Amino acid sequence: MNRNAWLAILALLLAVYPLAAGEFYINLASQIFIAAIFAASLNLLVGYGGLPSLGHAAWLGLSAYISAWLFLKMGLGHWATAPLALLATTLIACLFGLIALRATGLGFLMLTLALCQVLWGTAYRWVAVTDGDNGLRGLTRPAPFGISLDDSTAFYYFTLAATVFSIWMIARFVGSPFGAALRGTRDQPRRMGALGHDVWMVRWVTFVYSAFWGAVSGLLFVYYNKYIHPSSLSLTTSAEAILSVIAGGSGTLGGPIIGAAIVVLLKNYVSAYIERWNMLLGFVFVVIVVFMPDGIVPGLRRWWARWKARKVA
Amino acid sequence: MGALESEKGRVTPALQISGLKKAFGGLPAINGITLEVMPGERRLIIGPNGAGKTTLFNLLTGDLRRDAGAVHLFGEDVTRLKPHQRAHLGMARTYQIITLFGKNTLEHNILLSLLGLSADRWDAFRPLARHGRLYEQAREVLKLVGLEHLAARPIAEVSYGERRRVEMAMALAQKPRLLLLDEPFAGLSREERVAVGQLISGIPREVTVVLIEHDMDTALDLAERITVLHYGSVIVEGTRAQVVADPKTREVYLGG
Amino acid sequence: MQFWVIQTLNSLALGGLLFLLASGFSLIFGLMRIANLTHGALFMLGAYFGASILKVVPNLWLAALLGGLAVALLGGLFERLILRKLIGNELGQVLVTLGVAFIIADLCLILWGGDPIPVPTPAALQEPLRFFDLAFPAYRLVVIGIAIATAISLYLLMERTRLGAMIRAGVDDMNMARAVGIPVSRLFTTVFCLGAFLAGAGGIIGGPMLSAYPGLDADMLPLALIVVMLGGVGSLIGAFVGSFIIGFIYTFGIALAPDLAYVILFLPMIVVIAFRPRGLFGRIAA
Repeated sequence: MNRNAWLAILALLLAVYPLAAGEFYINLASQIFIAAIFAASLNLLVGYGGLPSLGHAAWLGLSAYISAWLFLKMGLGHWATAPLALLATTLIACLFGLIALRATGLGFLMLTLALCQVLWGTAYRWVAVTDGDNGLRGLTRPAPFGISLDDSTAFYYFTLAATVFSIWMIARFVGSPFGAALRGTRDQPRRMGALGHDVWMVRWVTFVYSAFWGAVSGLLFVYYNKYIHPSSLSLTTSAEAILSVIAGGSGTLGGPIIGAAIVVLLKNYVSAYIERWNMLLGFVFVVIVVFMPDGIVPGLRRWWARWKARKVA
Repeated sequence: MGALESEKGRVTPALQISGLKKAFGGLPAINGITLEVMPGERRLIIGPNGAGKTTLFNLLTGDLRRDAGAVHLFGEDVTRLKPHQRAHLGMARTYQIITLFGKNTLEHNILLSLLGLSADRWDAFRPLARHGRLYEQAREVLKLVGLEHLAARPIAEVSYGERRRVEMAMALAQKPRLLLLDEPFAGLSREERVAVGQLISGIPREVTVVLIEHDMDTALDLAERITVLHYGSVIVEGTRAQVVADPKTREVYLGG
Repeated sequence: MQFWVIQTLNSLALGGLLFLLASGFSLIFGLMRIANLTHGALFMLGAYFGASILKVVPNLWLAALLGGLAVALLGGLFERLILRKLIGNELGQVLVTLGVAFIIADLCLILWGGDPIPVPTPAALQEPLRFFDLAFPAYRLVVIGIAIATAISLYLLMERTRLGAMIRAGVDDMNMARAVGIPVSRLFTTVFCLGAFLAGAGGIIGGPMLSAYPGLDADMLPLALIVVMLGGVGSLIGAFVGSFIIGFIYTFGIALAPDLAYVILFLPMIVVIAFRPRGLFGRIAA
């Protein structure tokens, strides 16, 4: 069966899922969608760009906080807070990108980590704006075309649509000439420069684009929870995203989505039994990096290829 | 030979290096090199290992920053320009150590080269596959180096000799005015050397070619003028005959 | 006036602690090209070890020594058993250090609970020194002294000993160092243990000022990163200067503009990185 057939089946399953599943599982699916966009946006940098970032939580947190603040303190409606939050976050990303891209590799990683930690610390301390450790509550979900999204099924379809759109946009980006150039800069940056590509610009544009979709996931995040807390800007959040990317398989489109699903499921199920999510996250990190560095999707692909080869032989 | 006349009635050199210097942590690698390559010329830069040849190329392409001196490309000062800017002004190079995109096909490699100078490289939405014209151009370039039949093969699966030819194709795809070839014969068998040699001789005169080699015999036929480097300085320069006859050349290769 | 004295001493003392933390981080990064994100957790672990050891051995300095050694031992095991398997996989190494940092943080939470554990100031240093009507908290002065002593020791180590020469060679050019016969793998373990020791001991020495609390690792790690990026990777002078700059900015920032202390904190790093990506004294770009 070809890929389109599989996608069609997947689409059908996703469409009828809420009819079969209970509310808890519908909400779980919504969480997975949000995490999938978050991870897929990070993958643009990590997998396709070769730029490891440990500060991706910045975009989720910034857009969530800005949207919440505009709503609570300025009384703006969602039709205004959403684009403004996205715009503001993207502008900040433009600025952060200028700083972070002064380095590559580990330097880039440390810069993104430090920058995001600064936002995290500021979220705790700038109590006048963020209400510190209390977080911002009393938020609402938008009501597009008058349909309330407070119902978990309605929110599920809304998020599903947003996810499909986001992943599609990211896929187009990756499959375009720019995406090919991006992968080129990951593999042979010096050569790409000699060929005429402005490597810095390619990276910076990707940084900003990746931040934009991270911000989109932030909006969905704050709509889902109706609450935002500084912990969403923590290193743990960024770590979960990068774990999703590498566990699923960086440099593929499906990898981060599967990785995100695994992380969300793990978090939800295991949290019921083990209180220490961070410790488990740490263990999973070590296990994946040491034993499955390519991630699950490439691993599965290899087994699939081997299985098919065996059938022919 | 196309001549670009300046007001003084002099032909503008394709490449003009003035007083170029580069030191690594106190150790001088390039010791004040001045030379000119005229448009359409075939220049061979030769010297034993460690003479500074690849460092010179890296300075020319902008991969390394110079300590002192200037580089002019067809009269324009490119000394402060970044590598990609120099590429847009017509400079192209091949690498001594093959740096292709190993996991991609030959066709894709050439595509990346073509994209480097094409406005299409900023297209972040339309699928690459839809840019049919680029694919046609890529095939044309592969035909030039006789590798069209391998277009869909990944680089990792073709032979070393074929990869060397892809290196050449990458640079030719840029339709350069100045082509820098860094040891294009390295590691090749007899037949492969002949093939690559023919490729180089076949390059049209609009392209100025500067070749690096450390093995004199291989590249001698291709060169019109030769510059001999030793310890980062120009020791001998002149026509083939002049350089071969000069005792300093032999000293550099056989003596100290 | 008293306010400025206290804040200045606090700044210097924090700078001293940061130096203990950042010097190890910088050495490990410079030599092994590993961004050891476990470093903040090692500092915190040291603080907790110290608090516990002090219950049995009521001497802070002895506790710092023992705690530092314990953390060094754990660090060495981590390097040998896990990091060693990931040579060449730079991103993998960093992620693994992050994973272990998380594990250590939660282990500390399990073992020592969620409440901050105060570390008592040594009795001899509880009285402030008095000069000209001003009180100088004695312990802060001692911490500054320890930091300076450590800086001098590290300098001597790097410049005057064979070990230091090997480290410097490795930082400059790893392949060359190997070619010359330097036992790289033993060197790596040694340096990692050294860095871990400094972090762990630093945690205990910082105990009377900061105490041991969950989240200490997350508070200290970004400071260490900023110091190293500001001062330059692999540079001890950079770590020294950077530590005190950040110590001052952080302390005065918190005192004068607590809401935005974090933003003020990373301004110098941004300014420096914008103009010199390798930091003030670094020789390699990160």
